[in-house]
Amino acid sequence: MSTSGGVTTVYVPRDSAARSVGADEVADAIGAEAGRPLRVVRNGSRGMLWLEPLVEVETPSGRIAYGPVAPEDVGELVAAGMLDGADHPLRLGLTEDIDWLRDQTRVTFARVGVVDPLSAEDYVAHGGLAGLRRALSLSPEQVVTEITESGLRGRGGAGFPAGIKWKTVREAKSELKFVCCNADEGDSGTFADRMLMEGDPFTLIEGMAIAAWAAGASEGYIYVRSEYPDAIATLRAAISTAYDHGWLGKRVLDSELSFDLFVRVGGGAYICGEETSMLESLEGKRGMVRAKPPIPALEGLFGKPTVVNNVLTLGSVPMILADGAAAFADLGVGRSRGTQVFQLGGNIARGGIVETAFGITLGDLVERYGGGTRSGRPVRAVQVGGPLGAYLPTSRFDLPMDYEAFAAADAMVGHGGVVVFDDTVDMAGQARFAMEFCAAESCGKCTPCRVGAVRGVEVIDRIVAGVDRKKNLKVLDDLCDLMTEGSLCAMGGLTPMPVKSALAHFPGDFGTTTEEGR
Amino acid sequence: MTSLPTQSLEDRVRSIVASHRDDRGALLPILHAVMEEMGHVDPAAIPILADELNLSRADVYGVITFYHDFRQTPPGRRTVRICRAEACQAVGAAELADRATSRLGIGFGETTADGAVTLEQVFCLGNCATGPSVQVDGRLYGRVSPERLDSIIEVSA
Repeated sequence: MSTSGGVTTVYVPRDSAARSVGADEVADAIGAEAGRPLRVVRNGSRGMLWLEPLVEVETPSGRIAYGPVAPEDVGELVAAGMLDGADHPLRLGLTEDIDWLRDQTRVTFARVGVVDPLSAEDYVAHGGLAGLRRALSLSPEQVVTEITESGLRGRGGAGFPAGIKWKTVREAKSELKFVCCNADEGDSGTFADRMLMEGDPFTLIEGMAIAAWAAGASEGYIYVRSEYPDAIATLRAAISTAYDHGWLGKRVLDSELSFDLFVRVGGGAYICGEETSMLESLEGKRGMVRAKPPIPALEGLFGKPTVVNNVLTLGSVPMILADGAAAFADLGVGRSRGTQVFQLGGNIARGGIVETAFGITLGDLVERYGGGTRSGRPVRAVQVGGPLGAYLPTSRFDLPMDYEAFAAADAMVGHGGVVVFDDTVDMAGQARFAMEFCAAESCGKCTPCRVGAVRGVEVIDRIVAGVDRKKNLKVLDDLCDLMTEGSLCAMGGLTPMPVKSALAHFPGDFGTTTEEGR
Repeated sequence: MTSLPTQSLEDRVRSIVASHRDDRGALLPILHAVMEEMGHVDPAAIPILADELNLSRADVYGVITFYHDFRQTPPGRRTVRICRAEACQAVGAAELADRATSRLGIGFGETTADGAVTLEQVFCLGNCATGPSVQVDGRLYGRVSPERLDSIIEVSA
């Protein structure tokens, strides 16, 4: 099926990471140089971001990959016979046989990079809608049970069981209920939500429709950060196509379900990734965090019962319904079931998406998949779980990626982002940045976060400057405890995590020894 | 057709609001639309928005000032945003930030005197494996070396 009617099919990603390193220019160059009928599909990225722009050519034996392809390489590649899958130093062989990709368990990301993200036909041909069709053949209660039995937990960071949340909304009495997707992926080092929205938007739409059926909701919102213009455009186009095909709107797939879906764009405020702040923002207000209770499941958007889930959570739902809860629950360890989409970023040789069952060790991710640092220098620290996650030294590389194991190590898996730093990093500087970031992005509602973060920067400055070091270390410790215990949400509550972990694992960077610090 | 700028501002703002009449909690989509059309939210738009949406002027002002995206003064002809979050810090974002401020002679949040470039900082563009990252008028650049930054800024200037 490579050259149907003599037309060669070539894949060049439209993912914004690929575009940021020249994918558009590569696609144009291939069109100009090919000299034969060509079908250029702008797919999502396979997630091997160090190989972007990654070009794939469809051949009788499968899709052959070339990468990283610079626009100026295209002439030579075409001359060497790339369009027939011929040999070249940039040839990587069959895409699916590349070790890095083959060893993964792609569940949520099964279609990303494979299909044309905006082709409804591709979506259905690759198993799309099977989950929604099955869900609509079940009662809402049965769908909730299925999600509960799958063990799916919120992928946004908190890891709350999705089934319990859905059940709460299901049982709440209200004429109007909402499903909201939190796509305000503000954590540095995380980009899986963006890649799913750009690479397989219909999966998210299908997951939200299933959630709407299960919870009894009729209206949904995807709250996307404004820093993601490509994801916003892709989602809007996909939603329009979904309406055209009867996957959204009145009587979805000729069922009893009616579900309208809208994209809303954030305003560049990190705090709006916190669910109650996001709800305020969706209501057109300042993104000030709400006190809980009441929980959003009972009093959420405009005070109505609301399912709030992350992109990856909702994106995992179609597969769970299509293949059954057991298939998902069979993956993973302990209470962390299924797969997690880990994201390797920062100073890393082979960065990108690693979707695999929970339980893989941190070291495996950073060294076996990541290949160490991009700079070639030794790894010194990795931050797991975003700006509010812990900094860990290489001596903790044995930690399994599992919510509970990380919590026991005073760290968190969070949204699955892993940011690598080499030995040039100044950990006191990173700790200071954590406080500085919190001061800049705090919504200002509660004092521990609003004032504590500012004081935190000052105290760290004094410690590093050697002013009353011992006393100020104690002040910092107290301040961290106060922020952890007294903040209204995770912003102030978790900012101490990077600070305390930097202090615990890299005390020398603070101009002191561990002994002095005690 | 000649009309006073204030009148035309009012007409434009009221027509943007009208096109979002059916949206729930419409203020953010409206402000984005105003930014899209006019480049900034003119303070003169605040009482009009308040009137249209039955909000107080303080409410509207509060929302505009809460979000980094909404500005009340016109930006430069191009906006260069440099990612300063952790993943980009790990691959040299601090050097890029220093270079940009010294080349342009302005700090973050400022616009060059000739109105050519507005420089902004941003925390994460979701390009964490292919950093350091820079965004120019919505277009994303990855693996930005200091030399590439120079050429990006030069094109912008």
